Amino acid sequence: MLKHRVIPALLLREGGLVKTQRFGKHQYIGDPINAIRIFNEKEVDELMLLDIDASRQMREPDYDLIESVAAECFMPFGYGGGISSIEQARRLFSLGVEKVVLQTAALANPRIISEIAQRFGSQSVVASIDIKRDWLGRYRLWSSSRRKTLRGDWLETLRLLVEAGAGEILLNSVDRDGMQQGYDLRLIDNAAHAVGIPVIALGGAGSMQDFLLAAESGASAVAAGSLFVLQGPHRAVLISYPNYSELESIFRGKDVS
Amino acid sequence: MSRTISVIDYGCGNLASVLNMIQHVGGTARLLSSPEQLGEVEKIILPGVGAFDHGIGVLREGGWVQALEAAVLERKVPIMGICLGMQLMTCGSEEGQLPGLGWIDASAKRFRPTDSRLKVPHMGWSEVRQVRPDPLLPETADARRFYFVHSYRVECRNPDDVLLLSEHEEQFVAAFRHGNIWGFQFHPEKSHRFGMELFRCFLEV
Repeated sequence: MLKHRVIPALLLREGGLVKTQRFGKHQYIGDPINAIRIFNEKEVDELMLLDIDASRQMREPDYDLIESVAAECFMPFGYGGGISSIEQARRLFSLGVEKVVLQTAALANPRIISEIAQRFGSQSVVASIDIKRDWLGRYRLWSSSRRKTLRGDWLETLRLLVEAGAGEILLNSVDRDGMQQGYDLRLIDNAAHAVGIPVIALGGAGSMQDFLLAAESGASAVAAGSLFVLQGPHRAVLISYPNYSELESIFRGKDVS
Repeated sequence: MSRTISVIDYGCGNLASVLNMIQHVGGTARLLSSPEQLGEVEKIILPGVGAFDHGIGVLREGGWVQALEAAVLERKVPIMGICLGMQLMTCGSEEGQLPGLGWIDASAKRFRPTDSRLKVPHMGWSEVRQVRPDPLLPETADARRFYFVHSYRVECRNPDDVLLLSEHEEQFVAAFRHGNIWGFQFHPEKSHRFGMELFRCFLEV
């Protein structure tokens, strides 16, 4: 039986790890290689590293850093940030990255997803979307690199990305980011029912119970940042990850994805 | 017993992770980019990601098949097929038209779950059940789990070949073994200590 994957999502900025709240208030967490070594020892299901500045600064991925990270990962490793060509994707795969995560380039032109999927398989491409509620509470697509709300129906965009060949969707809630008050379950439910591919929920996890709620809402995998890198009301840096038996008891009877 | 593992580089697969894992468990990894290099090898890994016909086509066009068969079928060199590499060792796959290597009496079929919550590809961590003892999988009290990414599953016609079973609505073969030939559907190079143990044992066979 397939287990729900529980994925630390780590944010990279200027060579260091940071954690954000609602995509702002960057808090420095530490050195990425150190953190990833700890996550590796804790036997995390999978790891995602997202360079949150690369696309906005029109920068390429930091290949040296990514190679060092990949060498520490004895689990699937996804990387996102600044990927705009199939050649960049190829280079990342050759360094030991399993999955590339695309947002800015994919929203500009979903064909990049198709090209990567055709050459390397759908399982290697994750399309990432950030959703922010507008003043009426409606879900809107948010462009993190342009820092603005995009026009159009977000579910339509989601379907386009799936049709293009994305293997998974990384669904992030801007409003919930770093708040640790729970995932946006309605958002997860809407997305999971609109597409046939796995949805990875991100944004808002405050406890392991939230993983179960997200899974019950249709997420195939759950990702979290703050929960795995911060501790306590003062948001002190502490890297943690539940052990296998804890995760098993949380998801007991729910291992369908 | 050789601690050098030769990895076939035929353009299909995430080789960096495999090489990284071999080095991590204390082995020496050697990347083979041409079939002539297979003459002296003592252990082989056939990795693989992607479509069946593409994979088998590249192996045939690259002249790999004859050299591999001399090593695997005649000299009985231990070989480990991973993911598509495992499926290529069978007679064929529903995914393609071309025949496989035919070393194992088996073929690959697509997952067709009736439960719509079950997705294809089968992607993620699954526990496996061992059917018989094997030097690569010494007895353990712990349930082993591995990382899988695949849309097709191998069906063995010879039940004696089945080594590990897992489940994605229906039970499927997670690993087979026939003499010196092992095939793993999952990615041991991405499966933490469970994969490390498997690679360590492969160094010892």
